[in-house]
Order: sequence, then C-alpha cells, then structure tokens
Amino acid sequence: MAETSHHEEEQLGKIYDSKTALRLLRYLAPYKHLVMIALVLTLAVNLVRQAGPLLTKWAIDDYITPAAVGRMAIDEAYRGITILTIIYLLSLLVTLIVGYLQDLLLNTIGQRIMYDLREQIFAKLQRVEVAYYNRNPVGRLITRLTTDVDALNELFTSGLVEVLGDIVLIASALAIMFYFNWKLALVSMLVLPLLIIATTWFRRGAREGFRQVRTRIARLNAFTQEHISGAQTVQLFNREEKALQQFSEINAAHRQANILTIFYYAVFYPLVNLISAIGIASIVWYGGGQVIQNAITIGTLVAFLQYTQRLWQPIQDLSDRFNIFQAAIVSSERIFRLLDTPDKIESPATPQLPLTGERALGSIEFRNVWFAYQDEDWVLRDVSFTVESGESIALVGHTGSGKTTITNLLMRFYDIQRGEIFVDGVEIRQWDLRKLRENFAVVLQDIFLFSGDIAGNIRLGNETISDERIKWAAEEVHAGPFIERLPDKYQTIVRERGAGFSVGQKQLISFARALAFDPRILVLDEATSSIDTETEQLIQDAIERVMANRTSIIIAHRLSTIQRVDKIIVMHKGKIREMGNHQELLAHRGIYYKLYRLQYQDETRVQIEMPGD
Amino acid sequence: MNDQVKFTYSRDWLIFYFRKYRRRLILGSFFVLASVTFGVFIPRFVGETIDDLVNVGVTYAKLLRAVSLIIGTAILSGIFLYFQRRTLINMSRYIEYDLRQDFYAHLQKLPLEFFQNYRTGDLMARATNDLSAVRQIAGPAIMYSEQTLFRLLIILPIMFGISRKLTLILLLTMPLVTLTVKYFGDQIHMRFEKIQEFFSEITARAQENLSGVRVVRAYAQEEAEIAQWDLLNRQFVDRNISLVKISAIFRPLLQFFIGLGFAAILLIGGYEIARGRMTIGEFTAFNLYLDQLIWPLIAMGYVTNMVQRGRASLERMHRILEIDPAIADEPDAGPVKHRNEYGTLTEGLRGRIEFRNLTFRYTPDGPPVLRQINLVIEPGETVAFIGRTGSGKSTLMNLVPRLLDAEPGMVLIDNREIREIPLKQLRENIGYVPQETFLFSETLAENIAFGVNDSRAAKVEWVAEVAGLADDVRDFPNKYQTILGERGITLSGGQKQRTAIARAVIRDPKILILDDALSAVDTYTEEKILKQLRGVMRGRTSLIVAHRISTVKEADLICVLDHGRIVERGTHEELMQLNGQYAELYEQQLLEEELAAS
Repeated sequence: MAETSHHEEEQLGKIYDSKTALRLLRYLAPYKHLVMIALVLTLAVNLVRQAGPLLTKWAIDDYITPAAVGRMAIDEAYRGITILTIIYLLSLLVTLIVGYLQDLLLNTIGQRIMYDLREQIFAKLQRVEVAYYNRNPVGRLITRLTTDVDALNELFTSGLVEVLGDIVLIASALAIMFYFNWKLALVSMLVLPLLIIATTWFRRGAREGFRQVRTRIARLNAFTQEHISGAQTVQLFNREEKALQQFSEINAAHRQANILTIFYYAVFYPLVNLISAIGIASIVWYGGGQVIQNAITIGTLVAFLQYTQRLWQPIQDLSDRFNIFQAAIVSSERIFRLLDTPDKIESPATPQLPLTGERALGSIEFRNVWFAYQDEDWVLRDVSFTVESGESIALVGHTGSGKTTITNLLMRFYDIQRGEIFVDGVEIRQWDLRKLRENFAVVLQDIFLFSGDIAGNIRLGNETISDERIKWAAEEVHAGPFIERLPDKYQTIVRERGAGFSVGQKQLISFARALAFDPRILVLDEATSSIDTETEQLIQDAIERVMANRTSIIIAHRLSTIQRVDKIIVMHKGKIREMGNHQELLAHRGIYYKLYRLQYQDETRVQIEMPGD
Repeated sequence: MNDQVKFTYSRDWLIFYFRKYRRRLILGSFFVLASVTFGVFIPRFVGETIDDLVNVGVTYAKLLRAVSLIIGTAILSGIFLYFQRRTLINMSRYIEYDLRQDFYAHLQKLPLEFFQNYRTGDLMARATNDLSAVRQIAGPAIMYSEQTLFRLLIILPIMFGISRKLTLILLLTMPLVTLTVKYFGDQIHMRFEKIQEFFSEITARAQENLSGVRVVRAYAQEEAEIAQWDLLNRQFVDRNISLVKISAIFRPLLQFFIGLGFAAILLIGGYEIARGRMTIGEFTAFNLYLDQLIWPLIAMGYVTNMVQRGRASLERMHRILEIDPAIADEPDAGPVKHRNEYGTLTEGLRGRIEFRNLTFRYTPDGPPVLRQINLVIEPGETVAFIGRTGSGKSTLMNLVPRLLDAEPGMVLIDNREIREIPLKQLRENIGYVPQETFLFSETLAENIAFGVNDSRAAKVEWVAEVAGLADDVRDFPNKYQTILGERGITLSGGQKQRTAIARAVIRDPKILILDDALSAVDTYTEEKILKQLRGVMRGRTSLIVAHRISTVKEADLICVLDHGRIVERGTHEELMQLNGQYAELYEQQLLEEELAAS
C-alpha cells in the first residue's frame, strides 16, 4: 500500500494536465467580477508607469533644449515644464492609488480562494473512509492543507496577474521605443540574450545552492532538536565531545552550502551591473551616432536610457513566475486528487431505522462476516456471534488475530466484503452513518486527547453535554479528584496530545468522555502499559462503572476485566475459535487455557506488545 | 570560543568574532569602497557625452572613449563587488558557524533543571530564528551600511557640484524612501510573524484532527470539527488580509516617493537648464545618480530594522549563554582511586553510595521532595525502591549521576563528597536507564554503543541478549543496522526500554540504575532480564525502582518511599513480617492474582 502511494506521489509531478489548469481557473469563478477589475487595474497601472521617460523626452526636446539655445522664451519653457511635471505627478498619484487597489484586490481574492480550498479539503478529510488514512500518512495530508494551498495562493496573487502586468510593461516600453526609432530599439535589445543567459545560469546555480542549504539546515535542526531533547542522555553517557564534533561537521556542511550560494550571488550582481553598463554604452554609442546624424533627438536618447533600465527587472522576474506556475500545477494536481477520492462509506439514500426507535437497544450480530483490508488477505473469516442488549463480551487473542478489526467494522470504519452486521436488527449499511455511530462510545488503547481544556476533551464538540454532566461523569470514573486538584480544574489546558498527564489520568479522562456521551454500546480497547497499583484499581473500578447497563465489547488485556464479562470470544488468525465464559473456556482446555497459562497466570496486568493493533 | 571566556554584554560576544575576522572585515570594507568608487563614474561619462552631442562637439573617437570608459569602470567596479560579497557575506556565515557552535556547546553543559525550565521549541527558536537575525548584523547589515555611506559620501558632493538647490531639495524628499521602508518593513515583519504563529496553530489543529480521526468518527464529531476548523480558517484569512492591507500600500508608496525625486529633477532641473545654469548632460547624469542612490536609501531602511531585530535576538541568545552550568566540576575535583584485587592503586569507582541525612528541594522555598534519607549501599548490593508516583524515587536516582545536585555532604560516593569526583569519571561508572527512554535516530547498534568507544558487533549482540532484546532484533530486516526514529522503524515501549538497558549494560558500569525501566515489559520477560542482569552485575551496585513486587523482591534491600521518606526498609521477608505498606501492596497485587486463579 505504502509503495503504490509513494509511486503516485512521484508521478504527479510529471503530468501536466491542461484540465487541471482549467479546473484551477474555476476557483476564480465566484470572484470573476473582482478578477475583471483587477485585470483592468493591472493594465492601467502598467501603462501609466511608462509616462516618466516619455514626459522627460518631451520636456527636453520641446522646452528645455529650445529654451537653452534661445529658440523659446524662458517663461514659455517654464510653463511647459511645469505642466509636464504636474502630469508626471498625477501619473505617480494614479500609480500609487491604482497600484494599491490592484495589490489589495488580488491578495484578497487569493486569500478567499485559499479559504475555500482549505475548507473543501478539511471537509473532505472528515468524510473520506478511514482506510484512506492508512494509505496516507498524516504528514502528507497536512501538506495538502498547508503547503499545497499556499502554492496556489502564490499562483493567484503573484503569478497570473503579475505575469500579465510584466508583459504589459515590457510590451508597452518596447512599443514606445520602436515607435521612436526601431534601429536604436533593436540595438538596446542586443544585451537581452546576455541578461537571459546570466539569469538562467544564476537561477540554476542558486536553486541547487538553496536545495543544499535546505537539506543541510534540516539536518542541522534535526540534530539540534534531538540533542536538546536528549541532553540528559548525552551527559549521562559522556557523549558531549563526540556530539559536539558531529555537530561541528553538520554545522560546517551548512556553512559550505551557504558559501556556495553566496558565490552565485557574488557573480550575478556584478554581471547584471555590467550587462546594464553595456546596454547604456551601446545606446550611447549607436544613439550618439543617430543624434549626430539628426535621426533622433537628445530627449529620445535620454528616454531610451531610462526605458532600458526599467526593463531588466520584469524580464528577470518572468522566469521566476514560470516556476510558480509549475509548482502550483503540481500542488493543485495533488489537491484535486484528494478531493476526487470517493468517500466510499456513506449513508444510504433512505436509511432504515430500527423498530425500537431512535435510540438503539444495543444488540449486535455478526453473521458470516468476511473482511480483508486488501484483496483476499482475509483478516476475518466467517465470523458470527451475537451480543444481546446489555451483555458484555471480551475479545481475546494474539496481535493480528482480528480483535481490533471487529470493533472497527462495527462502527463502519470499513465495509465488509461478505456477510452482514446488524445493530438492533438493522444491517449497518442501512443505518444513517451518523445515527449508527452515535450509539457507540470508544476508548482506544492509545488515548487521544485534543488540545483545549479538560471539559472540552470530555464533551468533544457536543454542546448538549452540560458542565454538570461532565463533572458527574468525571466523578463517576474517579477522574474527579485529580481534576479538582489541578489549578484550573476542568478548565485546565491540555497541551499537545495530553503531555503532562500520566497514562492513568488520560485513561480516566477518556472513560469520563465515554460515560458523558451515554452510549448504548461501549467499545473499549484496554491499554497495556503498567500503572501504579492504586491508579490501576481506580481504572478497574471505572471500567466497571462505564460498562454498567450497556452493551460492551472489550479488547481485554486485564484478567479482572476478562472475568467480569458475560462472554469471551477467542480469536485466532481471523477466526472465532472459542466462545464462552472464563470457567467454561478453562474447562475446555483449548487456546484460551493456553493463553491464560502463558500470559495471564500470576499476572496483575497483561503485557502484550501490540505494534500492529 | 575559549571555554574560559565569558561575555558580560551580549555585544561583546559578537565583537569577539569581529576581532577574530578583523582582516576580512577591513579587506571587505576596502572592497566596498573600491566598488562604489568605480561605480559612480558611469553617469558622468553619459552626461559628458550628451553635452558633447548637444554642443555638436562630438566625434566617433570621443564616443568610443566614453563607451570604453563606461564598460571599463563597470568591469572594475564589478570585480570589487564580487570580492566584497565573498568577503563580507562569507564572514557572516563563518561568524554564524562560530556562534552556533558556542551556543550548542553551552547547551550541552547545562543540567536537567535548565531543560525543565526551557522548552525545546524555545531553545530551537533561539538556535534558528534568532541566530539568523544575528547573522544579518554580522555581514549584510555591515555591507549595506558601508555601501550606502560610501555612495552618499562620493555622490552627494558631485551632485552638490552640479546643482546645490536641486540636491538640497532631494535631500528633503529622499529620506522619505528610507522611512517608508523602515516603517513598513517593521509592520510587515511583525504581522508576518503573527501569521506564522497562527499558521503553526492551524497546522497543529489539523494534525490533531487527522491523527484522531477514529475518535472523531466514533463520536460522530465531524460537523463540530468542521465548524472549529472554519473558525480558525476565517481568523487565518483575516490576519492575512490585515497584512495585505499594509503590504499592498508599501510598494506603490515607495515608488511614489522615488518618483517625487525624479519629478523634482524634471521641474527644477528643467528651470535651471532653461536659465543656462545647468546642461542637459548634467541633468541626465543627475537622474542616473539618483538612480544609484535609491537602492542604498531603501537598504538603509532594511538595515535599521535588521540591526534592531538582530540586537534583540543577540540578547535572547546571550541570556542562555550567560547561565552558568550549575552542575560542573569543582575546582578541587580529582579522580577517585582505589586498590584493585592485585593491590595496585587504579583509577575507578568501587560503587559505594551513601545518602547522609539527605533532604532535597527543587527550589529553595519549595516543599522537600526527599526528607532525611539515610542510606548506605555497599559495592555489589542491589537495592530496590518502591512507592507510589511522586514519592521521590526518581529524584533520588537523579542525584547519583548528578543530574540534580543536593547540598554538599548529603551524597557520597566511595566515601567522597560527590562534587569532588570529576563529573566525567562519575558518569563513566554509571549505567542509567531512565523512566522515559530517549533513543537517537541512528542505528540500533549505534544506540546501544552510545556510551562506549568500543562498539564491536559481538559486544553489542551480547548486551542485547542480556537485555532480552536479541530475539526482537532477529525479526528486524536490517538487524542491528536498523535505523530508529523518523527515518526508520518505531520501537514499541518495551523494545525501547530493553534497548536502554543494553545501552547501560554495555558500559560495564560499577553502578546500574533502573528507574522504572521495566514498566513496559511483561513479567515473563522481566524475570528473564533480571536474572541475566544479576549475573552481569555480580559485585556491582544496582539501584532498582519499580511498581511491581515481582521486580523488587529479590533485592538485598528494599526501601519503601512515601512522601520523600524511607518509611520501611528490609528484605522481602522482613518487610512482609513488618506488615506495613509493603505488605499491603503485596496483598493488593496478590489479590489480583487470586482473582485470576478463581
């Protein structure tokens, strides 16, 4: 599975799909009026920007030179120059205002589209089948939501319209130059290939340099982070010198990569200056000759000098923008692929309700269930059992025997290939998904706490659960006393993943959560880690209270829990091998008897490594 | 940096390195001056040529001369520009390297207590963001300031020479460029930082939701999660738009102020030429000079912000650097020697531990975590500590390798005050298995041989056998070369603990400390490991902290800790007879066993 996904990831970069580009444009649709305005503004601002050199030319040719050689009255020249200056100032003002509006508009549109995309992706991730998460590590999904969306923002803000702006700027400057003197215009453009070569060389080199810097800074940071977190270990094992030496190697490699990058900059900037000087020199040389032959005026020569100077930047920028396009296309391919993934597990068009009404009684039946996560690798084979309302069962077996799968199937995280699963007599695929899951409360082995406060972690997003109920639930499972001892009680902030709480405390909180939701069916995957005896007893008592008056399915690791249930199901390689209560199964002298002797005897806790569960 | 050097002020730290690289600094400054000097000629050549053209005094020979001068000086200026960057900016990277080395080396020396007070993220921020802000002062800021200074010093007199009036007017409008950059640069930076912070938040939120997908689905909380996300998403967009509002005005405004300069030249210059007080060539040159000043003026704005930020960052880093490593060798510390079995005096610990009237507080006015502990552990003894969470067991263990320091005279090793033993020697003789295992993302073999120089495969495999890890490793495709952590495989809790035990045992320690080191291992395996350890640790001292009676009952001495005191001590049998806390604990655990048997 992992391999195919990796392969998919690789391939995406290569496909350029014009459909993707079109689909991207569709995200502009809701804002098409704003986009039109932005386009017009871009056009306007870049045309107005050409005014400066043109006005200078007119001032020199029509007023300054005539006045200087005495062909025009000084007052008249003053008036002309003043008017041209005012026009120039006006053009500056227009550029200021229009430029601001254009930038604001474009970025606002970009932000809105990012908002839309993030919302779509997040909502999609809430719907897509759980199996999708097995195929795609969380880190990759986060990248879709963050980095990839950002790449698209670049496209919409500094990509599309700016390219247009650059093109308008270059084209209009060239048009003006060619209009005045096409030969001089051609001469001015002679250095263009040089500039393009220099820029390409620089970008290629600098990109390689940056790539090196990035990988080396990542190494450097990873090393630093690890050795800060493990500082005690380093000290205890007298590793300081060795670690410092390793660090200095990584540090030096990082410096070296930077120095390589500096080399490219050190060459590039002088080179651009030189090319620009050559440009000026060629205009002076050829333009000077034209002036001597009276083919152009001094004003034109000055205007040419100014125009060429302002062409360099947009020409250099254009190649940069192309990279933005490429990155955006790759990112959007990835995003669209995620959005196009079928949800797979959905509520039926006309869901069925159990005869008992909205609230389930909590009876469960597995009827000849076959299930494989992939192809024909059966994880469950022909599994059948029933649990009456209010009954409790324990699932027992080795890692990989299919215990966890049974609980996953019950909540329809996955769909089975053969057979049927009934909850309150209704096949679960006929249930409304939400209603079905509302019947359950789960406590997973790896307790998951969300950031927020403790109350929020018990209530999750369910606002109908009152503060009183939270407190009651916490008291009931013995989480109350330790919560009350915390400085902010139920409002104490839970840091990332519940850091700062002991394993036992986290378990008690998750029991309170389960109890607060008052489900008909409890699904409990017991934790295996060892806890001090006192907390252990609290947990045992809490489990008992949560199990009371409801159907319970427990993946049990504690003997005391196993002995408390009505029925024990022994799973082995996806099949139910034995079923019955503790005494019956011991008397049977089968797998359970062996398991019991191997693992549970003279044990208070059962420790089984379960990396795969 | 020399270990002895301590800097009183943060800036001394930087000055130290400016001294170290003073040749580069001086040479680099010379390159800046040379590059600027050759660079300012071009406007003059262009201006003179234009004047010649206007006066019809030009020949192709004169044009050729002007063209060669323009290109010639550009080449010269360019060469110096190249060296300027390679000297000054490279220097900043060398200084960055040195500062990072200092910072890291210092962190390594700081004690447990320090890392409890500073979060890893905070320290990382100082080692990355702050350091890169400091580097900006140590190179780019110097280069740009010098460039600006030299250009102004050379170009301004030339401009004054052409037109005093026009230059004065420009001197009024041009600072606006610098101020704009300074103000907006600062604002944009601040808002951007806030957005970055929020970005981490929104990422963390997504991470949480996606990692907890099963809980979310099981409790049917998708809608609530989407609503929460929507809220964050909206806030994120709002913050971004508040940045856009500032950044969108920045560029147009800058262009506007720059344009004002050219407008002034057009107007005043135009008048002056019409009156014959200025030539068209000078007018053109003036325009080009202004062009040359724009970047330095913009740079000045950036540089002032750079320096401001850099200074604050330097201060933040220095605040860590000035913390004295609280746990270090005393000046009079000397290695412990003892007579070995042949009667010769050799360096090394025997492993006698004594806690003498030990009372320990984390902070001077805090509650005592350990009270009045008196305990002598002779070399070769195994002593176990049992007691509920928070009774002080781990704190006591931390005192032995001096992760924490008690008051003088309270902890003695081999009859010597623990501070008088060199830290290196002390820790060399201790194999410590902490409560929470920290492994590095290296190979399994490297992790096991972490604390020894001799990492022969046979030895690694032998200690893995002792620690009950060898069977697991046989199932790993790359055996002992398996890489752990993000790039490799993730070990289960039990495997991690057993790796940590192997890592401690391979050091052949005189004192072995197991701080609840078998909690994630099942009793069956635990029994096996303890038995093997007893063989390996014969004649050596072992301290064992545990919750389970089964782990501790074979110990020579068992201490029950409660609220920082040893409330019961003795062998298993003695404590059972005492019928106190230990016996009660045993009963509790036995009850579970009997339940199982029923």
